[in-house]
Amino acid sequence: MVQLRLPKNSRVTPGKHHPAPAGAGKTKTFKVYRYDPELGQNPRWDTYDVDTTACGPMVLDILIHIKNYMDPTLTFRRSCREGICGSCAMVIDGRNALACLQGHAECKGDKIMIGPLPHMPVVKDLVPDLTLFYAQYASVEPWLHTETPEPQKEWKQTPEDRAKLDGLYECILCACCSTSCPSYWWNQEKYLGPAALLHAYRWIIDSRDEATGARLDELEDPFKLYRCHTIMNCAQVCPKGLNPAKAIAEVKKMLVDRVV
Amino acid sequence: MSFRTPLSTARGLGSAKHGVGHWISERVAAIALVPLVFWGVYSVIVLAKLDYYGAVAWIGSPVNATLVILTVGISFFHMQGGMRVIVEDYVYGHLTKAGALLANYFLCLLVGALAIVSILKVALGGA
Repeated sequence: MVQLRLPKNSRVTPGKHHPAPAGAGKTKTFKVYRYDPELGQNPRWDTYDVDTTACGPMVLDILIHIKNYMDPTLTFRRSCREGICGSCAMVIDGRNALACLQGHAECKGDKIMIGPLPHMPVVKDLVPDLTLFYAQYASVEPWLHTETPEPQKEWKQTPEDRAKLDGLYECILCACCSTSCPSYWWNQEKYLGPAALLHAYRWIIDSRDEATGARLDELEDPFKLYRCHTIMNCAQVCPKGLNPAKAIAEVKKMLVDRVV
Repeated sequence: MSFRTPLSTARGLGSAKHGVGHWISERVAAIALVPLVFWGVYSVIVLAKLDYYGAVAWIGSPVNATLVILTVGISFFHMQGGMRVIVEDYVYGHLTKAGALLANYFLCLLVGALAIVSILKVALGGA
């Protein structure tokens, strides 16, 4: 049966408290998930009272402040700090989001909880292991498939056909959608997940691609595609405002069009 | 411990190349059940006002008997499909999963057939 409770060695215990330095301005408390595989201990919630007047407005600014001034052992991924690289995806205040786009003032409650993306193996602290997620993306072969000899210049596309890719090509593979999806939680190794399926549809709908049928064949599977039960968490949390559930529904419609 | 590559894990056993049939049948059954369930509620209200002989005569009408059989039959068909998805979602063990899927299939078939035979018996004057 599906495991509803975390295994014993994964249950999160209370951790250390890091108070704000004397003379701090307006402080806010952040509860951060901490796990170090080398310690052989259960994960814990460390709390940090952060002087919000000393750092920027985003949750990523808070994390960088904690790492620089309060606790250098805190581990997290970040790069572009403007919602393009997708590195800093994590659970903030109970919702998958990019730390660089999430303002800490927008989070409700006294204590803001920050954890790694749910239901993924944790490498350390806020860093999840996304190996399978990337492999699922690779499995949909996200590149142009053609048999016609390559034209001398470029593969042409009308503005209308190009417009069909809007709302799809913007995906930054942050994994917020897939890791918010209960179907992905329960059947991660068999269900491709919203992100990979959104990308699959991006190539299926591309007018220049010549493998539409083969791509649909690969997706027609009770688990790879049909585990999507239109829960819509993916569309709720996408930091780029995309709608993977709609892309999945379009793939299902195309499969119906083949038989009806 | 496995040296299987992540891409191999993601590809798994490949595509089953089916699923659209199940998806269509679930939706067709759901659409069919919308008017049938409304009619079913109306029928219960009508039946509540009738005595035993009135109820038997009501089911004896070919239209009523057909609609009751369709409501019951499609409901069990739909339930079987829905339960199958739930089992596939949440039950992992090979044997447990096969057992649960078979139990679901046989139980729905048995109870559905029993219900339809009972309706036919009343409708054809055997009650």
